Amino acid sequence: MFGHTQLTAIDWLIMLLYFVFVLGIGFALKRYMKTSKDFFQAGRALPAWICGLAFMSANLGAQEVIGMGASGAKYGIATSHFYWIGAIPAMIFVGIFMMPFYYGSKARSVPEFLLLRFDEKTRALNACSFAVMTVFSSGISMYAMALLIQTLHIFDGLFLTLGLPLGWIFHFSMLLSAIIVLGYIFLGGLTSAIYNEVLQFALIIAGFLPLVLIGLHNVGGLSGLRAALPTAYMHSWRGMEHASTNPLGVDAFGLAMGLGFVLSFGYWCTDFLVIQTAMATDTQENARRVPLIAAIPKMFFPFLVILPGLLAIAATTPHNVTTETVVNGTIVRETRVVSKAEAEGHGLVPAKMDPLTGKIVLDASGKPELDYDLAIPSMLLHYLPSGLLGLGLTALLASFMSGMAGNVTAFNTVWTYDLYQSYIRKGASDQHYLKMGRWATVGGILLSMATAYAASNFNNIMDTLQLVFSLVNAPLFATFLLGMFWKRTTGNGAFAGLIAGTAAAMAHHGLTLPIEAHPGLHGGWIAVLHHYPSDMAQNFWTAIWAFSTNFIVAIVVSLFGKPKPESELVGLVHSLTPRAKATEHIWWKRPEALAVALLVTVVVLNLIFR
Amino acid sequence: MNLDLRIPMGLMFTLVGLILSVYGWATRGSLLYLRADNLDVNLYWGLVLLVFGSGMFLLGRRGERRAREEMLRKPPQAEAQGGRRRGH
Repeated sequence: MFGHTQLTAIDWLIMLLYFVFVLGIGFALKRYMKTSKDFFQAGRALPAWICGLAFMSANLGAQEVIGMGASGAKYGIATSHFYWIGAIPAMIFVGIFMMPFYYGSKARSVPEFLLLRFDEKTRALNACSFAVMTVFSSGISMYAMALLIQTLHIFDGLFLTLGLPLGWIFHFSMLLSAIIVLGYIFLGGLTSAIYNEVLQFALIIAGFLPLVLIGLHNVGGLSGLRAALPTAYMHSWRGMEHASTNPLGVDAFGLAMGLGFVLSFGYWCTDFLVIQTAMATDTQENARRVPLIAAIPKMFFPFLVILPGLLAIAATTPHNVTTETVVNGTIVRETRVVSKAEAEGHGLVPAKMDPLTGKIVLDASGKPELDYDLAIPSMLLHYLPSGLLGLGLTALLASFMSGMAGNVTAFNTVWTYDLYQSYIRKGASDQHYLKMGRWATVGGILLSMATAYAASNFNNIMDTLQLVFSLVNAPLFATFLLGMFWKRTTGNGAFAGLIAGTAAAMAHHGLTLPIEAHPGLHGGWIAVLHHYPSDMAQNFWTAIWAFSTNFIVAIVVSLFGKPKPESELVGLVHSLTPRAKATEHIWWKRPEALAVALLVTVVVLNLIFR
Repeated sequence: MNLDLRIPMGLMFTLVGLILSVYGWATRGSLLYLRADNLDVNLYWGLVLLVFGSGMFLLGRRGERRAREEMLRKPPQAEAQGGRRRGH
């Protein structure tokens, strides 16, 4: 699709330097990993700002950078709903209301919290589904990274020089990312993952910010961008009163309830992948601050990952160009030959190629389909010269590894504490569990690789992840909401609610289909009773059905059962837990003040880009 | 006491900044920058990263020094009671 990516020694040097530092951090931390608490919980000793940036960075996987850039190119600034509606309110809620229970209960993981609040079976169900989900997410990151390296021909030059077959690049890329992530987690556990997530966060800004600035300079600033794009691209709320009048194909209720409440709260408030970073900090008040600190950069990330998508669409579609320049009295002619996919694309977003036939994929109206997932990579290759290109590509690889690492540490903790220690080998020494944690990391990486090979059926990474989250996470939030805020909720109620919620999600997915999709992985595999205008609308409504079913079933079953005695629920349920005294006496330094400032800023951003 | 993250992070960005700015200075005004609207982006961004990286590194070193002084002042049982803190 793209020609050979011409990487020079400078680009390789920057990439190599990053890998050396990532593994070096793991080695430097190895000597501090003396107990299982050090390995799985970072000794509960990290400061809030590090955990805050890691909280955000753990989510910076394939779905964030590539997926959000793709959505930016496809839907425009409306993609910011995934941040301003679909993340910030939930991050505030988990920080202010839920973190005292997670941190204060002394649970070592989210499934363990469910054990304390409900019972063994609810914990087991959550631990198993969560373990599968982390492996799946990590596998998708790994697959996407290998595919991208192959598509951009990053290692082609290296392989040709070494005389190795180009067909090995995909497998080599998977192996390389697996070894690096395995290396630093095996050595330094959660601390190493958190440290590297912060490093990756800084690198993503360092690699992508110049891309945005050059892209903006090229189109003539924000006013030039506005002039080059259809009006709908620059408005996030226009046409949201009805699903048919906006590019997302979702109405305001579906968006606010499906994304803004169920999916977003289900992810940010219950997913141990992010919660583990907040639980690694040193005090309860800092644990409450962690999601709030994370919300600050999160709020402005659309400018780093969505804006490149818009800039890619707004740029001039490349064609063969010969430039003439006079260098030291000599006329230098440089011809840039573009591939068919680039020439048939829109702006810098190339047309989609069929990997088997090598032909351009056409839509129902005979126009070339665009490969939106390549919006950001083609921006990097188009604008960045050697040097910055190495930094940009390293940032891209870092984002994939960041997503993988968070999932792998969450997997090794849940496996060791919630499955192995609880059901396979109870009462072993701490050193045994520490060793098991290290080997669980190896197992998690191997399973991710297996998943990566199996996950190649989906094209749009973000839709895939949203589907997984809607099936597994959406019903979960109802369980936590009832568990933390209604003391009458019973273990049987929670368990029945979770089963019913997941079943409802599956049934809804199996009975509905987005327009223009074929029954199968996109839905409609039982029968097609309803058509949605888009994949996104179907995902949001699947989540709404799952949440509502869980909520109602959990209440009904709980009303027929006997709740736990109140004495056992202190520290786990809001109404039975005495409010912790604020240790911070200056009002504006308290988490509540930061939460209000965040809410005001997010409202202002929505108003600016309405 | 544990590793202060600002030290390796600062060191990495200082080195990346140094590489980019030296390379950018050596190649300024060349054809390489046609694709970046003829801006000497390697030089400018390299300098930005150099300042950021060295700032982080210095803050990390200062933090580490302070933590060491604080530990020397504290009675030994504070460490045993879980008074450990990492990273700053």
